[in-house]
This record gives sequence, C-alpha cells and structure tokens, in this order.
Amino acid sequence: MRKLLPAVAAAAALTLALAGCGGSDASDSSGSSSSGTVSDADVTAALDKGGTLTVWAWEPTLKQVVTKFQEKYPNVKVNLVNAGTGNDQYKALQNAVAAGKGVPDVAQIEYYALPQFALGKALTSLKGYGAEDLKADFTPGPWSSVHSGGDIYGLPMDSGPMALFYNKDVFDKYGVKVPTTWQEYLDAARKIHKADPKVYITSDTGDAGFTTSMVWQAGGKPYQVDGTNVTINFADQGSMTYTQLWQQLISEKLVAPISGWTDQWFQGIANGTIATLPTGAWMPANFTSSAPSGSGKWRVADMPQWTAGANASAENGGSSLAIMDKGGNKALAYGFMKYANDGDGVQIRVDNGAFPATTKQLSDQQFLDKAFPYFGGQKANAIFAKSAANVVTGWSYLPFQVYSNSIFNDTVGKAYVSNTTLADGLKAWQDQSAKYGNDQGFTVK
Amino acid sequence: MASIPAAAPPAARRRRRSWKGWQFVGPFMVVFALVFLAPIAYSIYLSLFRNRLIGGNSFVGLENYQRALQDSQFWSAFGRVALFLVVQVPIMLFLALLVALAIDSGRLYGRSFFRVTIFLPYAVPAVVATLLWGFMYGARFGLIGNINDALHVTLPDPLSPHLVLASIGNIVTWEFVGYNMLIFYSALRTVPHTLYESAEIDGAGQFRIIRAIKLPAIRGALVIATIFSVIGSFQLFTEPAILKPLAPNAITTFFTPNLYAYALSFSGQQYNYAATVAIIMGVIVMVIAYVVQLRGTRES
Repeated sequence: MRKLLPAVAAAAALTLALAGCGGSDASDSSGSSSSGTVSDADVTAALDKGGTLTVWAWEPTLKQVVTKFQEKYPNVKVNLVNAGTGNDQYKALQNAVAAGKGVPDVAQIEYYALPQFALGKALTSLKGYGAEDLKADFTPGPWSSVHSGGDIYGLPMDSGPMALFYNKDVFDKYGVKVPTTWQEYLDAARKIHKADPKVYITSDTGDAGFTTSMVWQAGGKPYQVDGTNVTINFADQGSMTYTQLWQQLISEKLVAPISGWTDQWFQGIANGTIATLPTGAWMPANFTSSAPSGSGKWRVADMPQWTAGANASAENGGSSLAIMDKGGNKALAYGFMKYANDGDGVQIRVDNGAFPATTKQLSDQQFLDKAFPYFGGQKANAIFAKSAANVVTGWSYLPFQVYSNSIFNDTVGKAYVSNTTLADGLKAWQDQSAKYGNDQGFTVK
Repeated sequence: MASIPAAAPPAARRRRRSWKGWQFVGPFMVVFALVFLAPIAYSIYLSLFRNRLIGGNSFVGLENYQRALQDSQFWSAFGRVALFLVVQVPIMLFLALLVALAIDSGRLYGRSFFRVTIFLPYAVPAVVATLLWGFMYGARFGLIGNINDALHVTLPDPLSPHLVLASIGNIVTWEFVGYNMLIFYSALRTVPHTLYESAEIDGAGQFRIIRAIKLPAIRGALVIATIFSVIGSFQLFTEPAILKPLAPNAITTFFTPNLYAYALSFSGQQYNYAATVAIIMGVIVMVIAYVVQLRGTRES
C-alpha cells in the first residue's frame, strides 16, 4: 500500500494537470473507500463547476450523447476514447489499473465482466451516490447485472434481451411452424435439415455467452457468488434442461458447424442455410450491415420456451458504464453516467439505434412502433421489450468470467467435435474455472 | 600468428588501454543490456512472483517453475510442437532441397521464373497467408466446400481436431519452402563448377555428384536452415492464432507453448506464470538448437 499511494497521487496529479482545472478534490482518489456519500446536489455542483472527464467506451451512440452533454454543461469536457471492443478494452483497462496510471474516469464494461472488475477493486461502489434509488428506471435483467456482492457498481447502458430471429422464407418453404418451445425447435431442426441437408436450424460451435444465456433462460443458476466464496455447479436443473435438448441438436448434427462472426456465418445468414438465431436484441444492426441481402426474409419471434406457455427470457450481452476507482472527479463522472444511461442521453442513443435498458424508453409507443425494413416492416422492438420484462431474475456471473469464457472452447468445445457430451464438457469447464478461481485466491466449490 | 610474443608485454599498458576500449564498446553494451538483457532479467524476476485477484502480489520463489513442470497443458503444447518439428521440418527442408537442386542443375526451363514463384509465398505476411488458407480450408463455403459440392464427395475437414496440425504444417511449408530453397540455392552457387566437370570425367552420374559433392558442400547451409526451422517450430503462434476463430474447438488456448503463454498473460492476467512458461521454452529451444548445431558441425 505504501508503494501504491505515490502512484495514485501521481495519477491524480496527472489527471488534474490534463484537466487543467484548479484544485478540485484530489483526495477523492486516495480516500477510495466505497462508503463515501455523494448527494445529487454534489453532482449538480460538480456539473456546473465543470472539469474534464475521460470515458473509455466503444458504444457508437455515445458520441452523440457527449456532444449534447457538453452543450448542456458547457464547463465539462468529455474525452471519449475507444480503447478497443470488449476483451481488448478490458486488457488495456486491467493494465492501466495494475499500473495505477492512465485509468479513465468512466469505462464501458459488459455485464459479464463487471463482477471481475468490481472484485478487483477497480470500480467505485455507487451506493453512496444514491444509485439504488434508480431501480425502477431499469429493466430487471440489466439491473441485477450491475450488482455484485450486494453492492452496485455501474448503471446499465444497453441490454440484450433474447429473441428468436428466423428466416421466414425457409420456414415457409418447408412448411414448418415457427417454434414456440425448444422441443418444437428440435422438431423444426430435424424437419428442415431432412428436407434440405444443406440447411440448418442454427449454427453453433460453442459460445460461452450463448450457452450461459440458454442456461439462464432455462432457470439454471450455475454461479453463486458470495464475496470471495464462489460456487460453480453445471449439474443443476436448469443446466441439465438445456444440455439434454441441445445435446440432441449436436449429436444429430442439426446445428451448422460454423462459428459466429465469421465470413461463412454471415453468408449462411444471408443465403438461408442458417434458419434461426436465438440471440440478443442488439443483433438487428449487424443483420443490416453484414448480411444485407437477407433483408426482408428475416423475422423476429419470442424466445422458444422450456415449458409450453411460459414467458421466460434471458439476457445475452449488454453493457454498463462504471466509475473507475482510480479515476479523478467522481461526482462529475457520476453526473455524466446518469445523463447517458438514465437521463436525456438514453433517448439520444435510442434514436441512433441502440437498444436501451430503461423502462421508460422500452414502454415508449414510438419506440415500440418502429418498423424494421429488414424484418419485413415488423415492429421488432415490441418483442424485445416484452422479452426484457421477462428476464429470469437471480442470475449472476463469475467474478472471473472474462477468463472463464476464454477457456470455454478448450472444454465445452470438445462436445462439438468429439464424443464428449455437453454435460461432460460443462463439467470440465466448471473444474478448470474452479481451479483458476482457487489459484486466484477465491474459495471455489 | 606473429602476435604471440607481443601479447606478453607490459600489463600497465593494458590497464590504461582498457578504458579506451570501454568507450568504444560502451554504447553498444548499454543498448545490448537494455534491449537484450533487461527483458530477460525482468522476465526472470516476474517468474518468481505470483499476483492474485484476491491477495495481491507475493514472492513464491520457484513455485511457478514447479507448477509448469507438472502442467499437463504446457507439456501437451510442447508435445504438439515437437511432433510438428519432427514431421513438418524434414518435409519442408527436403522439398526446399529438391527445388534448389533442380534449379541449380541448369536443366530446368524458366529457372528464374520458378525461383521467384517458389520464393513468393515467403514475401506474403504470415497473417495474410493464414487467412488465405483459412478461406480455402472452409468445409462449407471455402474451397474444400466447393470441391465437395462440385464432385459430390466429402473431403475430410482440414480444420477438424485431428487434421488441424497437418493443415497448419501445410501452411508453414508453403510459406517457408522458398526461403529455405534460397538458402540452399545460394550455397550451391558457391560450389566451383570445375568440381562437377572433373567428377563427370571420372564417370560420376548426376546423383553421385549430388551425394558426393553438392550435399557435403552445402552442409553448413543445411545446418543453419535446420536450426532456423527448429526455432520456428517451437515458436509456432501466428498460424494457429489466426485460424482459431475458424476452428475454435480444434485449436485450444494451449495449442502451442507460445499461444499458451499469450492466453495466460492476456486472458488470465497470470503474467508471472506466463513469464515462467516463456523462460522454460526459451531454455528448451536453446538446448535443442545447440545440440543440432553441435551434431551438424562435428563431422565437418
């Protein structure tokens, strides 16, 4: 700690020097206990007083938010930095935190990665800022995702409530009904593939985010986190419900062995050899940009259910903004974050194509009525909004999910290319994740 | 030589001269220490610690080394590159030698055309070359897929776990045959042609000339090329790293030692252990390269 303090002070001094603004509270960063209280009045005062903020984010619509924000608060200068997408940014962020230098004030962090940063003491708890009072503003999935160990570490920025994207042409051609349950999905997979062996119901080569979301929807809660005590259990009911069904799709070779985000994948989406995609509500923009020739053929439906007639859904992806513990002016940072994720900024982002996590926008008629040409004029947002409201609660990610996801294909991936079963693969994943957790000082069971 | 008596005289002169020498060597030594020695020293320093998410940084002595020696993932990665070395390097060097001899024989039409064409893949960056092959390997929409469709056959998937190492070997061979060919060819060019003529007068056939004159003459080049290839094999990284998104289940995060060190460091924040793996691999490669050099140069 003695070594750390000068570094923190240096970082604070650097931030101040960069900010070029006179002696605001440099003590902010060294007195980094998470219990400090910052009232709304403090935040307003900070916004009026101004200063410079550095924000690391790759979310494209934040650009417009920053412009409007600076118009509203002319004393504040926001440096929006794209330090990479997802894992690339986390690497940079983790390095900056470890070095104690060059840490931004605010960073975009995906929900699955948030616990890792929270536990690494890289983030500021927002309890003292009154963030808990904003609960009603956000949908339940993202809201629970910004919590870790009973504390809140970020404000939800966007969300990925899941829906079933499907190629209507394919379903019409083979006279197959759009599935409403996963059992029907399996039947549809068999029918479609039998009718044309080149067509698959979907593609899957093992994706950690997808698998955990599917388990989530099935009611599984494989991760239990209580401080540094962690439980991983992929033998629970929800996980088994998922593996039993998905194993059949894999064993009968009904899912195309094409990895997501590859050239082959987008070709498959565009030319109808991949018939459905169960994924997050952020997908439409990718359809239009990377598989434009599929326009008009695709539609959106509710997620198939594990129990007929149920409404369960899950989140897939989505991210938050969080205040870095080693950042500078935290009251100002919170002011910006609240503007972007809870205030006027939300509408600006929605207008530019983002999918929000706020109940106000999700229930806004104009938003719900928006017609998507790619989906044949369908009002897809209504389906996403419904899904957002039905996300199963009580899910949590591991405090080292970023690492754990990186070894998913080493373990579960075997189920896709050998005789290993999905359940065995998940068990191996569980064991290796647990081993890493214990190595890192957690108590993993 | 003649300087033997001159070496004995005054020690005093040498002492005075020694500072002059350092002034010349100094700048180089500083750069050498900074650029070559410091990173190695720092890696060794890193490898003696362990930094954990919970509990912070602590000195652990040789614990990381102990762990690496028992790490089945590390040794499976090592075994994989060793297998790669044993199979791919001889094939590649044999092909390169064959081409070099063919071009050197003077009996080939369009000699310079072949020389340039075979060398060309070496000029293609490894990343681009791998992407290129990755497209062709695609069993669904790639070249393999097209062949399957056109001929109604099912070729084995080159990106399946059993074949992916061979597929990578194919890419590496394609990339480096030309490079090694050039080494061999330039060595062959230095052999005086009079030797061939006298051999022919003595009644030696082409194969005899190759065995008795050409191969012994380029022995040094063969050893050098082998050492480069040994080191290259152990450092295998780019090809599997680029192919990984296409074959995520066939290429694990511990596919090669380098890939493993990368994953440990960047995904797992295990910098200390990654440094340990890197050092152990460095030592192993040094030993093997040294043995190859020793064996290769002994008989000459």
